[in-house]
Amino acid sequence: MVVIVDYDAGNLMSVFRACREVGAAAEVSNDAQRVRAAERIIFPGVGAAGSAMRSLVRTGLNVALIDAFHAGTPILGICLGAQICLQRSEENDTETLGLVPGEVRRFQLTDPALKVPHMGWNAVRVVRPHPVLAGLEAGDECYFVHAYRPLPAAPDHVLAEATYEGPFCAALGHANLVATQFHPEKSGRVGLDLLARFLAWDGNA
Amino acid sequence: MLSKRVIACLDVRDGRLAKSVRFVDTKDIGDPVEKARAYYRDGLDELVFYDITASSERRDILLDVVEAVAAEVFIPLSVGGGIASVAHATDLRLAGAEKINVNSAAVRRPALIAECAEAIGSQNVVLSMDIRRTEACPELPSGYEIVIDGGRQPMGIDALAWALEGERLGAGELVVNAIDADGTRAGYELTLTRLISEAVRIPVIASGGAGEPAHLYDVLTQGKADAALVASMVHYGDYTVSGLKQYLHRRGVKVRMRW
Repeated sequence: MVVIVDYDAGNLMSVFRACREVGAAAEVSNDAQRVRAAERIIFPGVGAAGSAMRSLVRTGLNVALIDAFHAGTPILGICLGAQICLQRSEENDTETLGLVPGEVRRFQLTDPALKVPHMGWNAVRVVRPHPVLAGLEAGDECYFVHAYRPLPAAPDHVLAEATYEGPFCAALGHANLVATQFHPEKSGRVGLDLLARFLAWDGNA
Repeated sequence: MLSKRVIACLDVRDGRLAKSVRFVDTKDIGDPVEKARAYYRDGLDELVFYDITASSERRDILLDVVEAVAAEVFIPLSVGGGIASVAHATDLRLAGAEKINVNSAAVRRPALIAECAEAIGSQNVVLSMDIRRTEACPELPSGYEIVIDGGRQPMGIDALAWALEGERLGAGELVVNAIDADGTRAGYELTLTRLISEAVRIPVIASGGAGEPAHLYDVLTQGKADAALVASMVHYGDYTVSGLKQYLHRRGVKVRMRW
């Protein structure tokens, strides 16, 4: 069973609908036991890191996600879910799950014409081949909405980049975890294809 | 860098697609779900549903439309028209809308913007402003005035001041709808769009007046808009979404060209 982790961090129905569109029956759950037992996990989320982490800790979902990661369950993090996979976020100065070494920082831009949040369609370039990103081609764009960005400590964990003034990490991966800063469920055919590849992925990078 | 967005606006009345000319004489021009699906497949970047249903008891029909579209259209969906409470906004979000547009109710009660931003996140709150040109005076220094209730009610509020106030209260995006230009197909209000785009730090969507591809080019360059909203141009089949994007791409505007 595919479990979409529900932790009061935004509307998960668009992820649910996108899974259905690519033929996967997913279950939206806030139950730590269901997450531990899942065959694969989608960890979405929008909102602030601080309240999201508090909600994960309160429900025990933080430990369930860490356990599932170490058990080898394929995990897809999306947006805030991707950010929470790192060790620390500058947003609300929050300690996060630590599945991937690195941190999350707010965009610091010099060009006053560039707006934060970074919102809209931007091209995503694969910098390290990965089965889940295998279909992304030059010029493919994905939909982003975020003010903070992930900074994995190891360059090997950066799978794809996008450019907003400078390059930033648009997708990251480590072992059986892959995570996108953009929203595959809102990125048209490109996003649905990525989701379908995740749903067929065995967790080996 | 971010692409400029082409957004299609579907005015929905009693669950059917309607197109207004200067906000009156609306007529039925088809099934919104069918249109939404066609535009999505043709490369649309974002979709807006605007509910112009006259009677409030028929508003639930819009929820059905949003739900049907969200089941098969995987780009951001935005909904507006008569939203006056967080509860209403939340219902529409559950039906599948990403962003919520507030308009007249926010003018009457500006705290609505902050309440929605708190409940669903600033990035999902769009302040839609209906604006008409007027004589500049001490109360309306920009020479543009906010009108509400489908363009019928002038409010004596300066449009530029309201845009800045909306941003301060937590709107994540602005729609600048020039009602003098609405439905005329004579081009966007470039001066107004630029005035507001240059004053705020949130994205601006230009609306009202698009009639030919060059109008989109003008408002995304001279008008400094982040997105251009189209309606009649594509609803009647005179232009296609992909055709508009190809035109913008050829003229050097960065738009999403693969879908």
